[in-house]
Amino acid sequence: MISRSRREDVRIFLEEKAREIRIEILRMLTAAGSGHTGGSLSAADIVTALYFYKMRHRPDEPEWRERDRFILSKGHAAPLLYAVLSLSGYFDREMLKTLRKIDSPLQGHPSSRMLKGVEISTGSLGQGLSIANGIALGLRMDGLSSRVYCLLGDGEIQEGQVWEAAMTAGHYRLDNLCAIIDNNGLQIDGFCCDVMKIEPITDKWRAFGWNVIDIDGHDMGQILDALDEAEGVKGLPTMIVARTVKGKGVSIFEGKAKYHGIAPTGEELEIALKELSRNGR
Amino acid sequence: MGDNTEKPGIRFAGQAVATRDAYGDALLELGKRRRDIVVLDADLSGSTKTAKFAKAFPDRFFNLGVSEQDMIGVAGGLSLTGKVPFASTFAIFETGRAWEQIRQTICYSMLNVKLVATHGGITVGEDGASHQALEDIALMRVLPGMTVIVPSDGIETEQVITAIAEYTGPVYVRLGRGKVPLVMPEDYRFEIGKAYIFNLGNDVNIIATGIMVSEALKARDILRSKDIDAGVINMSTVKPLDKEAVMRAAERARLIITAEEHSIIGGLGSAVCELLSEEKPLRVKRIGVRDRFGRSGRPEELMKLYGLTAEDIVSSVLQSL
Repeated sequence: MISRSRREDVRIFLEEKAREIRIEILRMLTAAGSGHTGGSLSAADIVTALYFYKMRHRPDEPEWRERDRFILSKGHAAPLLYAVLSLSGYFDREMLKTLRKIDSPLQGHPSSRMLKGVEISTGSLGQGLSIANGIALGLRMDGLSSRVYCLLGDGEIQEGQVWEAAMTAGHYRLDNLCAIIDNNGLQIDGFCCDVMKIEPITDKWRAFGWNVIDIDGHDMGQILDALDEAEGVKGLPTMIVARTVKGKGVSIFEGKAKYHGIAPTGEELEIALKELSRNGR
Repeated sequence: MGDNTEKPGIRFAGQAVATRDAYGDALLELGKRRRDIVVLDADLSGSTKTAKFAKAFPDRFFNLGVSEQDMIGVAGGLSLTGKVPFASTFAIFETGRAWEQIRQTICYSMLNVKLVATHGGITVGEDGASHQALEDIALMRVLPGMTVIVPSDGIETEQVITAIAEYTGPVYVRLGRGKVPLVMPEDYRFEIGKAYIFNLGNDVNIIATGIMVSEALKARDILRSKDIDAGVINMSTVKPLDKEAVMRAAERARLIITAEEHSIIGGLGSAVCELLSEEKPLRVKRIGVRDRFGRSGRPEELMKLYGLTAEDIVSSVLQSL
């Protein structure tokens, strides 16, 4: 156990890291001229906490057998994954500028064949949780204590395969698996509740045999507590339902479905960077 | 199978055997030899014959229930931890229901997953069109990096299962439900991408895959009685196609017949035509299901109704020469 003041330091460090990651996300998206802004920003705090606090991983040894795994099932948040991998030391920060360009390993959606540190190619929604299940089963067979983390979008859980995977994780009691839903309430065509109702999310996962933790996905303290709690749960998988704001951190993008799949303009980037640097410490 | 000097075909004692049964036995033997082999099924383990492996190695067998898409993802995840997963269900559900999972998760990431499906083709019989995969070879062949194999009999199936376990990368194997006669020699050794040439004819060469190899051999004998010199090639690996074997067949005879228990669109016939139209245009007639769905009936009745018998091959040759 770390002391309260030490934990406070960790929280502050992570909040600052998340701010830095948001800046990288916006810069690379603007340079690319296309990509997914809203859902990269909404999950930024969670993924920062995973890579800079919770997960055991070695950027200089991406295939370390005992590493914890992260599966970005909502593959369109690729800019977030790239920013986190780069700032963790998997590759040079300069490379972020090449997002979506010909010859770049930073594909529009993550490709494990092109970039070390990406566990598996994603981008077609609904497939990541099944893969996470397979990894969790394999790690358990090998007697490894490594854990598997999987990030899903809330719109994504409209895919039927997600519920097949939900059943599997519950059935096989995969307590080395922790999934997180980035519950920002928006999808491309509008509010999830208008497009296709997904609520009650927490009840659904509980009914499928999961330990469910409902948190504010931008409260770093709550994120850390939830990730720690999940690690201690035995006999069932954990789902963290993280209530988030799409476009979080930049007022002009927040809560707007429009920014699901478009990149900031140069002008918008300037506004965003000013806002994010004002909020810095 | 652990003893390499033993001839693989001997234990069949010349008996017809379903390729799915040979799969069940081969998988069990493979499981004994290799701890990294894991098997997945989607509630059809009795029919796909993975139940034998499941019984022997329950800790290495995962039933995913009626959920093929999840099964493919779980197989992919297991391969990422160094296991060699064999995922089985009926051919139409494996390749059709889970096609995009196979594309996105298995092939795009080049995962070492073996998709071994049973109940391919029209000879599924009485269950009817919903369960008769006539498109699976096409669906798998179009995927970059995928290897597609259709064994002709029990001897070849055993060989194929051993060979794909040694190979790293995604593989699709199509097996059948019903018993098929043994056509391959007892000392046959399968190699991925290498056709088996029974003989080359000077008038016509029949390139066949799966259970159609047996029909092709029968057709060859009938043609011989009519003074037509026919050759037969078993193209068990549909992808990558053995181009050299096809070219040799095309150089010897003026007519090529392809034969498959599959749609004439997108399968072996298409693969052969694609190659020959670029390299050596000559007449190719495709024996297969002509852009139709299947139906219920006894396998032998369906083979006749859909034009897949030795006699159909013979009449196609007679019309074309």
